[in-house]
Amino acid sequence: MSRSFRAEAVKLTRRPASWLLLAVTLVLALIFTYVFPYASIAGGTTGPNTDRTLPMLLPDRLVGNSLGGLPVFLGAIVLILGVLTVGGEYAWDTWKTILTQGPTRLQVYAGKLLVLATAALVVVLSIFAVGAVASALIAVAESQPIHWPSAGDLLTGIGAGWLVATMWAMLGAVLAVALRAVALPVGLGLVWLLAVQNLLAVLAAPLLDWVAQLQKGLPGPNAGSLAAALGAPGDTPGVAATVGGGQAALVVAAYLVVFAVIGGVLLRRRDLG
Amino acid sequence: MNLPVHTEGLTKRYGGLTAVQNLDLSVRAGEVYGFLGPNGAGKTTTLRMLLGLVRPTAGTVRLLGRPPGAGRLTGVGALIEGPAFYPYLSGRDNLRVLARYSGVGADRVALVLDLVGLTDRAGDRYAGYSLGMKQRLGVAAALLKDPRLLILDEPTNGLDPAGMADMRALIRRLGAGGCTVLVSSHLLGEVEQVCDRVGVISAGRLVAEGRVADLRGAAVLRVLADPLEQAAARARELVGAERVRMVDGGLELSVEPDRAAWVNAELVGVGVAVRELRRRERDLEQVFFDLIEKGTADVA
Repeated sequence: MSRSFRAEAVKLTRRPASWLLLAVTLVLALIFTYVFPYASIAGGTTGPNTDRTLPMLLPDRLVGNSLGGLPVFLGAIVLILGVLTVGGEYAWDTWKTILTQGPTRLQVYAGKLLVLATAALVVVLSIFAVGAVASALIAVAESQPIHWPSAGDLLTGIGAGWLVATMWAMLGAVLAVALRAVALPVGLGLVWLLAVQNLLAVLAAPLLDWVAQLQKGLPGPNAGSLAAALGAPGDTPGVAATVGGGQAALVVAAYLVVFAVIGGVLLRRRDLG
Repeated sequence: MNLPVHTEGLTKRYGGLTAVQNLDLSVRAGEVYGFLGPNGAGKTTTLRMLLGLVRPTAGTVRLLGRPPGAGRLTGVGALIEGPAFYPYLSGRDNLRVLARYSGVGADRVALVLDLVGLTDRAGDRYAGYSLGMKQRLGVAAALLKDPRLLILDEPTNGLDPAGMADMRALIRRLGAGGCTVLVSSHLLGEVEQVCDRVGVISAGRLVAEGRVADLRGAAVLRVLADPLEQAAARARELVGAERVRMVDGGLELSVEPDRAAWVNAELVGVGVAVRELRRRERDLEQVFFDLIEKGTADVA
């Protein structure tokens, strides 16, 4: 598997789309978490869906602010990365090229999952790093004291962020295997993440109790609950304390495993080409 | 017997369609084996089953004596249904990635690039390669593991005449070096030039197998003469009616071509004007079409 991991790592890091996705992730995180709220505070404007104040942008809120995007919009980007990493082999018909070199399907798949998990960690660490710089700059600009979260809180936050990001990457991977493509998995994954989850939460759940109960078992609301439990702002799309943080972490981890296993089973059983 | 490729009863069905039916294939060590068949005959499906990309509905496969499972492709190189690589990587980097999967050293990359004549363009992105260059890179990838068994699916696709000649020379060289080569093609001339034995597949079934010369059968004596009917009558007396065929305005006599002088003398002796008398190999293309037709008719 280490051979597959190293090969996958080369492919991922040499692929321009990977860096583009990371850049988009960081720009979005920076703009929506810090730039727009700070501009609003600095300009004295208010909006109907946000009540962020200056203390919420300071370094001691780094963990929550860094996790806020992962349940929905940053999660969507990691999902795309998962689709590209696995689905690219279908799009370019390169499964046969790899497999005729000798590795088993599961060895290659495991290498892909491992590299996705690593990429998810890099994404989360980058979000934290960008957030740290942005919040420190705001604190300096506003002459506020800089207090960082404790190392334990940081580690917990990074761990939770990695869990959520990896789960979305695994969803992308399983969609790519199931649909043996790139475009359709990306499209369906984004529709689920950006539209269906939101509609369920905003429209269906308040009307129907069983939908509200169902929400407690779905990946998005659990990711949102985990982020909320660690201090993500409640006005961030997808962030809501539907369930407790511990349960949310377990459910997200379970989805991560289930997505990975389903993808592996499908890949192992089906013909290639 | 040492059989690098051995299948028994290999079958693949897709719903109601049988792509490959009860295929028994045996490729001997060190030979260049041609796997002939028209498009859609089941060649690529068979090769994909050999390599574990497609699961057989029934039957068994052994490569280099090994059954399916981890490590079964050790010592096996393959190019299946055209080359496929990562467009954002260079040719060299594509091979380096594959070398990581197969666990071979980076030195093999330079060696196989040189072998297929791609060293000068190895640093270019794959996306910019011509069809022929892509095909060469595909062969280079198949050679990465220094295979004892090489499986090539239509290896000359996309190559210009010079490239095709190079590819044939490479295959012959590999075969001479002890590598067993299974090469599929629908190009008869190509197979004839490089293969020791051929198997012909039609409608998913192996309809013939043997040396090209054996499939072609014995040469015949082609006779052009006037009057043709009189020549045919005399020829039937000489060699027997079953050995004389009227073909394309002339006669084909199933006799040893070195009896040409005797046939000529006998025909001239009865007043027949002989215009042409020559040895004629049976057209491989005709043999091929006959076999395909027979295979299709048997299935129907």
